[in-house]
Amino acid sequence: MAHEHAIAPQPRQTFTGNRALDIEEPLLFDIGRADTTGVDIDAPGDFAPRLGGLEQTRAPDLPGLSEPEAVRHYVRLSRMNYSIDAGLFPLGSCTMKHNPRLNEKMARLLGFADIHPLQPQSTVRGATALMAELAHWLMTLTNMSAVALSPKAGAHGELAGMMAIKAAIVARGEQATRNVVLVPDSAHGTNPATAALIGFRVRSVPAGEDGLVHPAAVREKLGPDVAAIMLTNPNTCGLFEREVVEIAAAVHEAGAYFYCDGANFNAIAGKVRPGDLGIDAMHINLHKTFSTPHGGGGPGAGPVVLSERLAPFAPVPFLRRDGEDFTLVEHATGSQAFGRVTAFHGQMGMYVRALAYMYSHGADGLKQAAEDAVLNANYVRACLSNIMSQPFGDRPCMHEVLFDETWLKNTGLTTLDFAKALIDEGYHPMTVYFPLVVKGAMLIEPTESESRASLDLFVMAMRDLALRALRGEKERFEHAPRFAPRARLDETRAARSPVLKWRKRAPVADAAE
Amino acid sequence: MRYLPHSPQDRADMLARIGVEKIDDLFVDAPRDKLIDGLVDLPRRKSELEAERALARMAARNTPASSVPFFVGAGAYKHHVPAAVDHLIQRSEFLTSYTPYQPEIAQGTLQYLFEFQTQVAALTAMEVANASMYDGSTGCAEAVLMAHRITRRRKAVLSGGLHPQYAEVARTLSAMAGDAVETMGPDVSAREDIVARIDKDTSCVVVQSPDVFGNVRDLRPIAEACQRNGALLIAVFTEAVSLGLLTPPGAMGADIVVGEGQSIGNGLSFGGPYVGLFATREKFIRNMPGRLCGETVDANGKRGFVLTLSTREQHIRREKATSNICTNSGLCALAFTIHMTLLGGRGLRELARVNHANAIKLADMLGDAVLNRSFFNEFTVRVKADAAALVERLAARGVLAGVPVSRLLPGAGLDDLLIVASTEINSDDDRATLAAALKEAL
Repeated sequence: MAHEHAIAPQPRQTFTGNRALDIEEPLLFDIGRADTTGVDIDAPGDFAPRLGGLEQTRAPDLPGLSEPEAVRHYVRLSRMNYSIDAGLFPLGSCTMKHNPRLNEKMARLLGFADIHPLQPQSTVRGATALMAELAHWLMTLTNMSAVALSPKAGAHGELAGMMAIKAAIVARGEQATRNVVLVPDSAHGTNPATAALIGFRVRSVPAGEDGLVHPAAVREKLGPDVAAIMLTNPNTCGLFEREVVEIAAAVHEAGAYFYCDGANFNAIAGKVRPGDLGIDAMHINLHKTFSTPHGGGGPGAGPVVLSERLAPFAPVPFLRRDGEDFTLVEHATGSQAFGRVTAFHGQMGMYVRALAYMYSHGADGLKQAAEDAVLNANYVRACLSNIMSQPFGDRPCMHEVLFDETWLKNTGLTTLDFAKALIDEGYHPMTVYFPLVVKGAMLIEPTESESRASLDLFVMAMRDLALRALRGEKERFEHAPRFAPRARLDETRAARSPVLKWRKRAPVADAAE
Repeated sequence: MRYLPHSPQDRADMLARIGVEKIDDLFVDAPRDKLIDGLVDLPRRKSELEAERALARMAARNTPASSVPFFVGAGAYKHHVPAAVDHLIQRSEFLTSYTPYQPEIAQGTLQYLFEFQTQVAALTAMEVANASMYDGSTGCAEAVLMAHRITRRRKAVLSGGLHPQYAEVARTLSAMAGDAVETMGPDVSAREDIVARIDKDTSCVVVQSPDVFGNVRDLRPIAEACQRNGALLIAVFTEAVSLGLLTPPGAMGADIVVGEGQSIGNGLSFGGPYVGLFATREKFIRNMPGRLCGETVDANGKRGFVLTLSTREQHIRREKATSNICTNSGLCALAFTIHMTLLGGRGLRELARVNHANAIKLADMLGDAVLNRSFFNEFTVRVKADAAALVERLAARGVLAGVPVSRLLPGAGLDDLLIVASTEINSDDDRATLAAALKEAL
């Protein structure tokens, strides 16, 4: 039974175990019934099935709920979640900015939401026009030659970009010799995973004492066996890679390609064009820079922009101009396209949202958004730098500011304790323990969506906690979070004996309880 | 700008607090000559009204499925989704939350993922399911890589009934990874002998049912042959509603089941976002790609949920991870779960029966032109014309008749074949319209 390892049961303060608006909700399988349905379906008359004898005799063993029960169930579940709509979400590297509701409304226009990917192209000219328009904005903002829209998430865009690089290497006949990808040790975990997935060997490049990657360190690892470097810019420490142009030149001189992880493009959109820095491929997380909702972990979208050298290798489908209209080219035959990364044409619902965001901002608004994101992160830095420690000194950052846990030394507290105490203050914690190269990292990204008043309150809450930590007042940290729907969860137990689905309880266990 | 809270005075005050004069003093690490002077060459901001009008003009140039008699399938299907589904997934707490890395304040997401995993496992009759993939096609390609890891072999055999775009995604990824893929020729009538292609080097066999041409396939003999040779059977489906009526792949011996979940809870949306379903045997979980949600308890002994077994994943294992995936398709998985909860097992079965009955009615109207001996809600028709040209002609007359096979398999000599789907959305009138329109070409 689930309770056998309990430390101490909480005193029941109410009959239901609820506390006013704080309401517990059982699993669907505890409340649903096999004979209940929330959908009225007119039963078809009798017919002889033509299922090749593979008809299932019984309905799937899954409970149903009527509509009022289902609505209540999922509304109650929703209330156990933190969200950007409800509060500041300073999750560094993840960019939890406001999700405009116009985007949602536009994505639900029947002309976008209710069209099939394989209906005749003559009946979806507006959809291909929208994709072409989005492509134009992405290429203009990055000054790149081509874009593959279809990747379904950032990591998927990364994969598509690295596949284009591999295809280019194959076209040069160098696949046997160029099989190494350089990855700085501060990189997102997806970078080495992506490179390894398509058969590259990963060679680490150390970052300097200042958190930046330096040309000398790159040159040391470059050689005729190197296919590409994967560099994040602005990097995962929240810093602009100052010598990125020199790095690009060194990489190109060695015959390799420059893949840029564009996770942090939101800091520079409208300010700096990656194509001007010598980048050959970069994915853009539409859910970060262009505000498509994170949805509790997807769906995302990860278009990848490509330089002129890589453009011919872009996967299908791609757009071809036909007079006033655009046609989706769906087959690689007769081109150098490296293949296909997903069925159909990618995340149309996300394209609409991203373009709505772009139209709303315009060239001027996008630049202002990037500047405000950087302004807000630096404001947080300025307000906290005299109490918390920064791994690379107190210097301007981009859209996110990185602290470490050096300042917590001798307090007996960790970054994790601090993060969990922040939950009780009504905030989602910052990103913790990433990047891996910084001990006890706390990466704070307020985004441009926060007002000055919101930042001031956040900073005061942070300072209050920090002062308590330094004074040795541990009660805010011990057992935190105390006011969340759950206390700290036992992750070791979850991994040691995984329970990944609901099972009917054995009658004996029920009796024991 | 309506999404940016700062006034010019706020910005000036904040710059002063930071101790710099101007905003570009914060962009000090960017090369001076690379900072854009002025604005990029794109239009200025639009009001909400203007932006809405510009996008609505594009939307108006498309023909929505609900506006015409509609029979297009082949991997994405038009179904009725209850209004409650779209309302609930737009709750701020679902829509604007993040991947549940802080489980104490993400139990809503985690609990529905646990419900989702349970539903997918039950529908496929498999022991475990993950928290979803990007879509069916990417899930399929990842399943092939997973089979290679488990069997330590590197040759996959793809059935000629597998959706051609799924096959292409798997071939692309495998080619890049240096693995071998054998693709059987297009198998319109489900007559291929895939068992004969399985040998001691085969890591997996990928078979879709109902296949892209609509045929229902018996996986049992293939599963037996796989077992004899130490290979894995990967069963694929693109129409999740079929699971309400067909023997589930897990009951026929599949080792990995991947499918497209769009049909349940999610609209067509021109191909995405969709939701990949991924299920397997318990003994393979540590080789699985994607996020997994597991049950545990909190410090007070209350049941709760967390993301688990993350030692498979890229943020821990980096280049040794089982895949590079770092998200799932959370909100689409939620839509799937809510719709599935509204249906219940009984409702799904009824929905599946209506679909099958509708397809039978249409097949009977089209007679001998239907090539399938078996089908669920979709089948292949031979027309006496070029199917793609015919589809265009009918589209001009306001009927979206189906998917010409040549759209998926150009140059395969199958230009006279049309894949036609009929779900619960089609009325008798729709079917009569299609049958009359097709008659001239049959």
